[in-house]
Amino acid sequence: MKKFFAKLYIWVLLVILYAPLVFIAVFSFTESKVLGSWEGFSPNLYRNLLTGQMQGNASLLAAVKNTLIIAVIAAAVSTLLGTVAAIGIHNMKGRAKKAVTFLNNIPMINPDIITGVSLFLLFVFLHFSQGYTTVILAHITFCTPYVVLSVLPKLQQMNPNIYEAALDLGATPSQALRKVLIPQLKPGMVSGFILAFTMSLDDFAVTFFTRGTIGLDTLSTYIYTDARKGGLTPELRPLMTLIFLVILVLLIIINVRQDRLQKQNENR
Amino acid sequence: MSKRSNWSIPYVIFLVFFVALPLVLVMVYAFQDGQGRFTLENITKFFTDRDALSTFAVSIEVALENTGLCILLGYPAAWILANKQYNKSAVTIVLFIMPMWINALMRTLATAQLFTMLGITLGKGTLLFGMVYDYLPFMIYPIYNILAKMDKSYVEAAVDLGATPWRAFWKVTVPLSMPGVTSGILMVFMPTVSTFAISEFLTNNKIKLFGTIIQENINSSMWNYGAALAFVMLIIIGITTLFDQDKEEAEGGLI
Repeated sequence: MKKFFAKLYIWVLLVILYAPLVFIAVFSFTESKVLGSWEGFSPNLYRNLLTGQMQGNASLLAAVKNTLIIAVIAAAVSTLLGTVAAIGIHNMKGRAKKAVTFLNNIPMINPDIITGVSLFLLFVFLHFSQGYTTVILAHITFCTPYVVLSVLPKLQQMNPNIYEAALDLGATPSQALRKVLIPQLKPGMVSGFILAFTMSLDDFAVTFFTRGTIGLDTLSTYIYTDARKGGLTPELRPLMTLIFLVILVLLIIINVRQDRLQKQNENR
Repeated sequence: MSKRSNWSIPYVIFLVFFVALPLVLVMVYAFQDGQGRFTLENITKFFTDRDALSTFAVSIEVALENTGLCILLGYPAAWILANKQYNKSAVTIVLFIMPMWINALMRTLATAQLFTMLGITLGKGTLLFGMVYDYLPFMIYPIYNILAKMDKSYVEAAVDLGATPWRAFWKVTVPLSMPGVTSGILMVFMPTVSTFAISEFLTNNKIKLFGTIIQENINSSMWNYGAALAFVMLIIIGITTLFDQDKEEAEGGLI
């Protein structure tokens, strides 16, 4: 009985949580301009999206492209910067370590709008013209702390003697780094990269304040502008549905795999 | 391992330049007038600006209500999910985190549209519902993380020693899960105060939150006043984070 209510609660929450997403998915199969009015089944929105021939604004595809490019660059740079920084922080001591950790925490504690406004003021102050570069720099700023936090635990779990042993056995420091350190840090780097990538994809506020006035749009700012004008581009519906499916499948694959690995380890 | 600590130098320079300096600039701009002279005017303007003050009060109220609702709805969910008896599959947890990966603006717009279709007028109620909807995963996840890692033998020991399950829950499970709750509060409270766009979409522009005022001022080139408002928010963040020590622990392993 208890179990029944527990399950019921979880499923009711999930149904409510997913209602708007299902709503978008259902209405991605009708051609109406407005979300919520059904004008008969039609796969045309999907066709428009895939062929790039939009009913509405064609710059949607450009926005998607920008979003992906920015996310890839920001995630790659933050992974590199964050991993090197984590190795450094791990070897620091006392006050210096505390100070750097504190600074590293700030972008995670600050709401997006503060990060956005403060970086906007920085670029204004430096007379730095805003556009692609400033958005990427801003994304690196709020992504790197998450990479640092994903890599640090791996460093703490690592046995420092292994690295020393490699050196004693005649490896050069760079060999020891490539053959010993990096493989151990890899899981942390991968999850840091994925976190950074998704944070960047999802960002709205920081991009909004740092993109300047050159008309650079990411998916978020595109949706914002579109909604302010009244009415969303209909092709956003199939786009969101596709993104939703891709993420759902990816997450389930990752988790089922982890589950299986765990069970294998337990059975051993 | 001679000078490995030096490896953090590039990032330290980066942090000073892109994190510390911008925050200093918020303060500098907050205490300057348009000509760059020192002034307290921006701050006093906020405390005498009736619109800004009432928006501020409304934001705090909505954020408190949202955080409270998220704990009330999220804690039981996290507890059930972390309990092997009720939930054996990792997929259910994925389903809860999943919406965090979908563009928040798009989700919000869909929620608002759904309300309109169901004939519900957009206002305070829909704002709260939409906010809970947006932030619930951020509350469930850190609590779930802590509860899943918790050593179950503490609860068993309490029950063995004669505590009722209910009492064991309040005296053992809840105190042990507090770091997750604090971390959830941090991930819900300040972001709610500072949202812009979301509140307008959910209330058809009837209710503005504090973030919107900052954005409006910055966008209409009132940088100094905008910076002063951001400064007010920074102070509140400073106060709230004093209560937080275990954020990293609870956030670990978001994927």
